[in-house]
Amino acid sequence: MRARVFVTLKPSVFDPQGRTIADALRSLGYQNVEDVRQGKYFELDLATTEAAEARTVAAEVAGRLLANPVIESYRIEVD
Amino acid sequence: MRFGIAVFPGSNCDEDAFHAARDVLGQDAEYLWHKDADLKGADVVILPGGFAHGDYLRTGAMARFSPIMTEVRAFADRGGPVLGICNGFQILLESGLLPGAMLRNRGLKYRCEHVHLRVEQIDTPFTSAARAGQVLRIPIGHGEGNYFAPSEMLQRIEANRQVILRYADPEGRLDDAWNPNGSANAIAGLCNEARNVVGMMPHPERACEALLGSVDGRAIFDSIVGAFRSADQPSPRLRRSAMASAEAERLALQPSVVGAAGNRHPSLSMGRSASLSAGRSR
Repeated sequence: MRARVFVTLKPSVFDPQGRTIADALRSLGYQNVEDVRQGKYFELDLATTEAAEARTVAAEVAGRLLANPVIESYRIEVD
Repeated sequence: MRFGIAVFPGSNCDEDAFHAARDVLGQDAEYLWHKDADLKGADVVILPGGFAHGDYLRTGAMARFSPIMTEVRAFADRGGPVLGICNGFQILLESGLLPGAMLRNRGLKYRCEHVHLRVEQIDTPFTSAARAGQVLRIPIGHGEGNYFAPSEMLQRIEANRQVILRYADPEGRLDDAWNPNGSANAIAGLCNEARNVVGMMPHPERACEALLGSVDGRAIFDSIVGAFRSADQPSPRLRRSAMASAEAERLALQPSVVGAAGNRHPSLSMGRSASLSAGRSR
């Protein structure tokens, strides 16, 4: 199974990288870009055929290591 | 007293901290390899600066799983003094030993320069030799020192007087122009609720000798040495703190470590008197 983990900064956390990218896009002429939030994306290849098990493992590693719960939240997709 | 200086793969300020402890302060110092589960009788533990485990995912994210951190946590829980400098501060945050997290610097640039710090609290083992309001000139060198805590957490930290150092102008006034990284409430250094665990982004070990451009970092190191010397005085907090190991108790009974009676100060919780008697050189 493959689990995809999307880690994003919580809405209340300022994202200086995202802001800089938004500024860069506007300087390229994309005036309708109002904001950009940068995050992290992980693909986990897991030695299991059980979606539930894959989701459990992905949630554990996301909560324990991949995301810092003080500033980040995460979302998991399994296929 | 004996300094224990943790060494992770990627630490690069461990030798500076070792030099400050042994050569400048004349204390014992031992390196603590991250895979070891032994603090070697350390009376104080320093988590030094650098890039532990490469900091590839987030700063300090992997270091908290190193075996030495289990011992550091137990030591801190017993009241033992722990100082995290720069990457060491980031490790303490990731470990949950201190509240909050670090973000990329507001300006996205790595900042390497001297900054001015206003001492906010002196009732910690790492600020007791300073004066409240004193301005220290100490260098920083980091790309992720933008301290963040959710608003409720930040309010609790302030209410508990856990902010011990803030970025300020040379006269000690708070001014956003002198905040090098965008830290919330200009926070440069923080302690835990029990006040024995301290994290700071600036590098006091790089400011202990005139040759290096500043001796203001001595305030941090003189504090911990002074706090340890006074451990034989009746103060529940300090006794718990400095007597964290049996080794500490043994050393405290030796005249050479205890020092002259005139140098003792009543207790760590009375930091103001500590600052008067700790023999600062400034």
